[in-house]
Amino acid sequence: MKVLAAMSGGVDSAVAAARAVEAGHEVVGVHLALSRMPGTLRTGSRGCCTVEDSMDAQRAANKIGIPFYVWDFSERFKQDVVDDFISEYQAGRTPNPCMRCNERIKFAALLEKALALGFDALCTGHYASIETDSKGNLELHRSLAMAKDQSYVLGVLTKEQLEHSLFPLGKAANKEDIRAEAKARELSVAQKPDSYDICFIPEGDTRDWLSDKIERTDGAIVDLEGNQLGTHDGAIGFTVGQRKGLNIGKPALDGKPRYVLSIRPKDNVVVVGPDEALLISELSGTKYSWCGEAPSNTTDWFDAEVQVRAHGLSHPCRVRVSENQMVISLTEPIRGVSPGQTAVVYLGSRVLGQATIDKTVSAVMEQV
Amino acid sequence: MPVYLDHAATSPIRASVLELYVATLSEVGNPASVHSFGQRSRQILEQSREEIAKAINCDRNEVIFTSGGTESDNLAVKGLYWNVNSKNPAKNVIISAAAEHHAVLDAINWLVDSQNAELYLIPSDDQGVLDLAALANYLEQNGSRVALMSVMWANNEIGVIHPILEITKLASGYQIPVHSDAIAALGHIPVDFAKSGLAAMTITGHKLGGPVGSGALLLRRDQKLTPVNHGGGQERNLRSGTPDASSAAALALTITEAVAEQAELATKHKLMTEKLIAGVKQIAPDVIVSSEKAHRLPNNAHFRFPGCLGDSLLFLLDSDGVSISTGSACTAGVSGPSHVVLSLGADSDEAMGTLRITLGHSTQEADIEAFLKAFPKAYEGAKKAGLTRR
Repeated sequence: MKVLAAMSGGVDSAVAAARAVEAGHEVVGVHLALSRMPGTLRTGSRGCCTVEDSMDAQRAANKIGIPFYVWDFSERFKQDVVDDFISEYQAGRTPNPCMRCNERIKFAALLEKALALGFDALCTGHYASIETDSKGNLELHRSLAMAKDQSYVLGVLTKEQLEHSLFPLGKAANKEDIRAEAKARELSVAQKPDSYDICFIPEGDTRDWLSDKIERTDGAIVDLEGNQLGTHDGAIGFTVGQRKGLNIGKPALDGKPRYVLSIRPKDNVVVVGPDEALLISELSGTKYSWCGEAPSNTTDWFDAEVQVRAHGLSHPCRVRVSENQMVISLTEPIRGVSPGQTAVVYLGSRVLGQATIDKTVSAVMEQV
Repeated sequence: MPVYLDHAATSPIRASVLELYVATLSEVGNPASVHSFGQRSRQILEQSREEIAKAINCDRNEVIFTSGGTESDNLAVKGLYWNVNSKNPAKNVIISAAAEHHAVLDAINWLVDSQNAELYLIPSDDQGVLDLAALANYLEQNGSRVALMSVMWANNEIGVIHPILEITKLASGYQIPVHSDAIAALGHIPVDFAKSGLAAMTITGHKLGGPVGSGALLLRRDQKLTPVNHGGGQERNLRSGTPDASSAAALALTITEAVAEQAELATKHKLMTEKLIAGVKQIAPDVIVSSEKAHRLPNNAHFRFPGCLGDSLLFLLDSDGVSISTGSACTAGVSGPSHVVLSLGADSDEAMGTLRITLGHSTQEADIEAFLKAFPKAYEGAKKAGLTRR
């Protein structure tokens, strides 16, 4: 196959590209320039947007012996990921930009461009594995390396996208093996630190980064009954489940700590309440997709598990599609889920599909 | 054999130059040393200086050897500004144009940001032609405040040639020193320093078949300039550092050969670029040929393809063994929208759909044929990929 290897400059994508070459594919490396004004050197735990990262990717491609190019996706990235991130926060939701990047940049804009330019598949360093079922349908599964499993952020992939994706690290047992392999291949990125933070937020402080993009005005912090407990300097940037930084003078009558339950950007209000009010029994979203073949019957409830964070646990649930929404009913309530987050549905290790959460139903109250 | 059509980025070294360069590299001697080894090295350096002076028509003392274009541009822009402005702080305006090379523009912008300089950009039209009436008008109002002018002889991306003689004539009325980056012009059109009226001119070797790292600033003998590098006082006390005799020798031979073959090569290149442009237009009827209606370099063809990304075209042509450019080589290989194409009034989408073909001393008819053979398929693919960019 003609394979385009997306190379961030990190160790995973470098080893993935090397493995694709070894598997006999004709591989070309590409680094995506996602920032119009890239920094010169990497700082902190971000890992893809500086000139240093681009050079790291190029050095790895040279070492592997494949051609290498840098393609500019900065405009698309700004529109589809950064601006979306800002407007989601503006709407009081908690977005996942890595998910959007996979959905709209890597496995959309880049994949489409790759196919148009004559490639058969896109190779990335994600820890997830593509398998074939008994009927020959492709399925996305969790990585063997559970600690590094990235199947969650790939939950947005459709059947067509899976057909053109290659994840050579899916069978990796753990990150240490990948680093050892990179060292054995004499790749200079073998010991490069992992990236954790959102790549376009320099200091890793989302609220601070948002502050000069979204106008902040003082507003009320209220309890579930609507009584004002205090004030905040802008509702944007609070996260459901957040406890610190509320600065409410008076303690609750029962003396228990209070948490952010919801954010209402329209009237600039932050609603707080007790821990148990964070418990959610049901999630739903209109923006959903199936990863590979859709289940044969989605109108009736079926048993599955759901994961709502990149490195969170999965929770037993029942799922069905009703009135154009994916509805996920949790067997045991889970805590602190915010609209905007993505719910990825699993059957065992298989990723079945995903929905961007629009609504949550409280386990203890009518509606939060 | 891969085809190389990116001579404005750098050009293959000439066999004659390589031989001379290697031979002089093996000779020991610092031109500043008094002993016989030093004298031999000095002889190579000074002979090279004379050869360059002869080829470009200047006084031998007007040749200041540097490491290349960027250094020469920085030395000219900063050195002239500091010299004029330190004597007369009221003179703080630098006149230039939006499509200048970054080595000039960024040096000026640094002076604006940190040294109180003011920048006036000569307006230009959609062909890249400078509006000299606007310049004359500006000088009439502000001539006494102008410290220097820097206008390239020909543009390295789109190939438009600027009327240097008219510009220096305008400036002379106000005693304004004019610098010109002549890198893209030298070897492709006649360049005569003495007749140009320029105070300073940048040249380099590697775009003409010399080694990277060999260049010079020509500075009129009566022109004062403040050095950027301080040290041992070499090169008229304007560019300290041990002179590189081998680079100087290589540069001298490169320029001597390039100037000698210029007229013949220009005729040949003109026919080749005409053929290229006609061939491209046949496949892509909506293509825009930059500066087509202007006076332009014979060895440059610059295209804008609506709905296509230059990096897609570059990738597909490169995969097919034809190496061209989207414009200037940039940091980390990212080809953002070119400031030169934007200066023509193009929007950023149009500025991303560019392709630059530049010919040089080693270009053969077969290279043109190879490009025209590879182009239709690449264009089709890039056009298809271009549509993925919503």
